[in-house]
Amino acid sequence: MNREALHFAVRNGKLLVGLAVLLPLLALALLGPALAEGDPNAYVGTPAQAPSGEYWFGTTMFGQDVFAQFVYGLRVTFLVGLLGGGLAALIGMAVGFTAGYRGGLVDEVLNMLTNIVLVLPALAVLLVVNAYLGVRSVSVQALFIGLTSWPWAARAIRAQTFSLRSRDFVDLARLSGVRTWKIITREIAPNMSSYLFMTFILLFGGSVLIAASLDFIGLGPTQGVSLGLMLNNAARWSALHLGMWWWFIPPGAGITVIVGALYVMNVGLDEVFNPRLREL
Amino acid sequence: MRRYFGRKLLVYGLTFLVAVTVNWMIPRFMPGDPVQSMIARANVSQPAAVEAMRAHYTSLFGFDLPLWKQYANFWAALFRGDLGISVWLFPTPVTDVIVRAVPYTLALLVPAILLSWWAGNRFGAFAARRRWLENTALPVGYVLTATPYMWLAILMAWGLGVVAGIFPVAGGYGFALRPGWSAEFLGSLALHWVLPFLSLFLVAFGGWAIGMRNMIIYELEADYANYLAALGAPRRLIRRYAFRNAVLPQITGLALQLGVLVAGALVTEIVFSYPGLGHLILQAIQNQDFFLLQGTFLFIVVGVLIANFVIDVVYVLVDPRIRTGMGGEAA
Repeated sequence: MNREALHFAVRNGKLLVGLAVLLPLLALALLGPALAEGDPNAYVGTPAQAPSGEYWFGTTMFGQDVFAQFVYGLRVTFLVGLLGGGLAALIGMAVGFTAGYRGGLVDEVLNMLTNIVLVLPALAVLLVVNAYLGVRSVSVQALFIGLTSWPWAARAIRAQTFSLRSRDFVDLARLSGVRTWKIITREIAPNMSSYLFMTFILLFGGSVLIAASLDFIGLGPTQGVSLGLMLNNAARWSALHLGMWWWFIPPGAGITVIVGALYVMNVGLDEVFNPRLREL
Repeated sequence: MRRYFGRKLLVYGLTFLVAVTVNWMIPRFMPGDPVQSMIARANVSQPAAVEAMRAHYTSLFGFDLPLWKQYANFWAALFRGDLGISVWLFPTPVTDVIVRAVPYTLALLVPAILLSWWAGNRFGAFAARRRWLENTALPVGYVLTATPYMWLAILMAWGLGVVAGIFPVAGGYGFALRPGWSAEFLGSLALHWVLPFLSLFLVAFGGWAIGMRNMIIYELEADYANYLAALGAPRRLIRRYAFRNAVLPQITGLALQLGVLVAGALVTEIVFSYPGLGHLILQAIQNQDFFLLQGTFLFIVVGVLIANFVIDVVYVLVDPRIRTGMGGEAA
């Protein structure tokens, strides 16, 4: 990032608001488990207690500490976003750069592949895959999310690459005999780095939402805790009808705030990098 | 135009092929043994009974045949409309179970998708460049799109159902009623429909409104808008032109969002125990009913493909550039 972008970044309200929301939550996810030590699923207190000084977010129907679960769940949420979104971004970049730069038959084939994965409803595929997995873990969940959610990113990156590929500096590199791989990483990718970063942010948010849905349906990680699993448990043990709002509000709010902050940050970044959108 | 539809149909055909192949491959090549877990669920201890069940399930999946034959049989059964027998509702065929649930899902999804798209676009176009609306409504829109569908559904069920007691929170109709055409049943059906519909509608609405607002701002900065303004055209007229141009990417967006919307409907149905496909999926997972799960998967894929095709047709009707073969954005 250059100094001009930084100048606008520290003055961009949306970006700052997004960061101000996201960073404390990230800190909580990283440091929280040190605060709430022990197994988040342990039965520690009186069941179905409302929030109090001792249990900040109350306890579940079985006497588990909702705050401890929330903190560990946050960590899983960030992890799924990072791994799933990261993998999707990598695949999207690989496919997008190759298709956009090479063109021709390679482009046709990759484009067809992209379109096929694009119309397949991701959650439905993930449901079937996860149902057959006997033991499910966060990383495997993220792996499959990454494998199914890359197509729109590939499309977008392909279009960007397409517009960059006939620029003079790329032609010059090609004429001087630079290898294709190097042209892509040295000439093309740096010129759309802001775009790539924003794509990653959106993929991150998407992974978090998909993982939450999977967990909620009951196909979450077999061990441990996540925000989606908390919602799943709350719904399964009728927290709704028992009026235990402290059980289902924090996990959903956590997901919403994280993803919402990411989206707002993304708009802010767009304004930082795109001079036409800057509010002066 | 023929080329446009030809390409689209080729993609959809290939997608269906891939979906069926994935569906066939997963039980065979994933770690974990579906036969074993189905036997475990039945909870029998006699070795003889276990052996008989193993043989039964193995032949049901066709695991005892060579692979290519299993694959051919899978397709043959599919074309006969045979998706296997449900384990959860034994011995009802999976196709029957699904066909009974589909109307409920469609009744939720179709109005929610169409209305949220229409209202979101209208509202987004209206809010653009109106400072007070942009400052109040846009943040709300961002929060709405970031909301997991099931969470908004839970909040609505809790707030409007359990606490306020206005709407029922579970089922597709009153438990005491039998499905029929009586006024009482239809009334109950409508009442149970409101909350799931509303929560689907709201999440989707936020996304469309934001998308449209961003598109229309882009259009309002385009040369033709500036030219119109310079000619002294009224703002309303300029906005109308901008809206028509901004709607095109939103139609493409609708096609891209279909998978997410269907996923949203599935989890919303689970929250409200609404008797559609989402409810089936939950039961299938809880009962290790793999045939039902895979059948539902295929139904969803086919539904999404059909919807995609409908959107393609609409696009051709709306965008004259494709009709005249001049390309355009979706080609």
